[in-house]
Amino acid sequence: MKKPIAGLALAAALALPSVAVADEDAKLIINGEIELVTETEPAAHLDGALRSVRSGWTFRTTETQALQMDDFDNPGMIFVDQALDSFETVDGAAGKSCASCHEDPAEFEGLRAQLPKYNEEAGEVWTMEMYVNNCRTERMEAEAWGWKSQPMLNMNALISLQSRGMPVNVAIDGPAQSVWEQGKEMYYTRYGQLELSCANCHEDNYDNYIRADHLSQGQTNGFPVYRLKQANLITQHNRFRGCIRDTRAHTFAEGSPEFVALELYVASRGNGLSVEAPSVRN
Amino acid sequence: MKYLTTAIAALFVGGAALAGQIAPSDVVFEDGAVAQSLTGVAGDPENGKVLMNKGAGNCIACHEVTALQEWPFHGEVGPILDGAGERWSEAELRGIVSNAKVMFEGTIMPSFYKNTGYTRPGDAYTGKAAEGELAPLLTAQEVEDVVAYLMTLKYE
Repeated sequence: MKKPIAGLALAAALALPSVAVADEDAKLIINGEIELVTETEPAAHLDGALRSVRSGWTFRTTETQALQMDDFDNPGMIFVDQALDSFETVDGAAGKSCASCHEDPAEFEGLRAQLPKYNEEAGEVWTMEMYVNNCRTERMEAEAWGWKSQPMLNMNALISLQSRGMPVNVAIDGPAQSVWEQGKEMYYTRYGQLELSCANCHEDNYDNYIRADHLSQGQTNGFPVYRLKQANLITQHNRFRGCIRDTRAHTFAEGSPEFVALELYVASRGNGLSVEAPSVRN
Repeated sequence: MKYLTTAIAALFVGGAALAGQIAPSDVVFEDGAVAQSLTGVAGDPENGKVLMNKGAGNCIACHEVTALQEWPFHGEVGPILDGAGERWSEAELRGIVSNAKVMFEGTIMPSFYKNTGYTRPGDAYTGKAAEGELAPLLTAQEVEDVVAYLMTLKYE
């Protein structure tokens, strides 16, 4: 997937001797048994914008890649364990835990691959966080968790893990279409004083270096991600906020309707990639 | 007398511009090039070199420059700048650094001497909304300094 700028790759290799370059052809096999799809054909709705759809895993160094290949090495799994405890913990006026209604987290197999999706009852597009909080406030009569609170991040990782290896398959038609269109519009908007859109870096320049950063396609199939820089799980909205802030823009808030729309659109660009949650990135 | 008039005009424009400087909105582009110095003061290539690596310049974030190999991690988003001082005239380089979008429509390159026309401009890198008039990414003299440095980049 070299970009058509002659000589740059070689020049970069010479200029960046200390950077461990990712092995593009590496296969992501977890625990020696679960083989994930890290490169696939672009969905029709991408309209030729990408020649090939690649997981962020393929852009990372071999050291970072390895952390995701064994659940004992994956620091994100610690948080999954914490969520297992919290799954059983009674909270709220109704005296219920998650387990009161959901016998086993395994019953959420497949959910992450479809999110975000249109919720008929609510009449809006919902993310994992919105589903979890709806259970907490409506069924458990407990306090909603903050979007980036640790218990929310952990629960998101536990539920997402149940879909690991399944292809991302978000719906973009029907009642979700207008939200998808809104997200697409945002993806191509050049925000801030640096006037950078998502597409400027992640569509036009993926695989190129911007200073020491190896630009990926910004795919979201690995979320929630264990990010080495933060030594914690993070959400899509955390990265959206950081990226837009770094264009010297007035960013949007995590959990805002704008970021829900962007989450749907970006997820749809990765339809066909395997759910990797919790993935490991830098 | 001319300088005095410019100075007074600058005060009315918003007080940001210094005497003798061309305000971002007053820069005249011709085919993407800017013939007139933004300050009337010759650029300092030494300071321009520093700006290539850091601050609001950070040109090597996207461009490789063989002469700057003392600094690590040159980007590959934009073209290599070796020979830029031979490929381009000073006026063309001033235009490209000030606002590359005039010469190259749709380019990813930020406009370094411009302060309006943004979508959701922020207060630097805080993520908060900008308040009041924005300063351009580089001052007029910094643009001149970067251009002076780029003019030193000749083919071997």
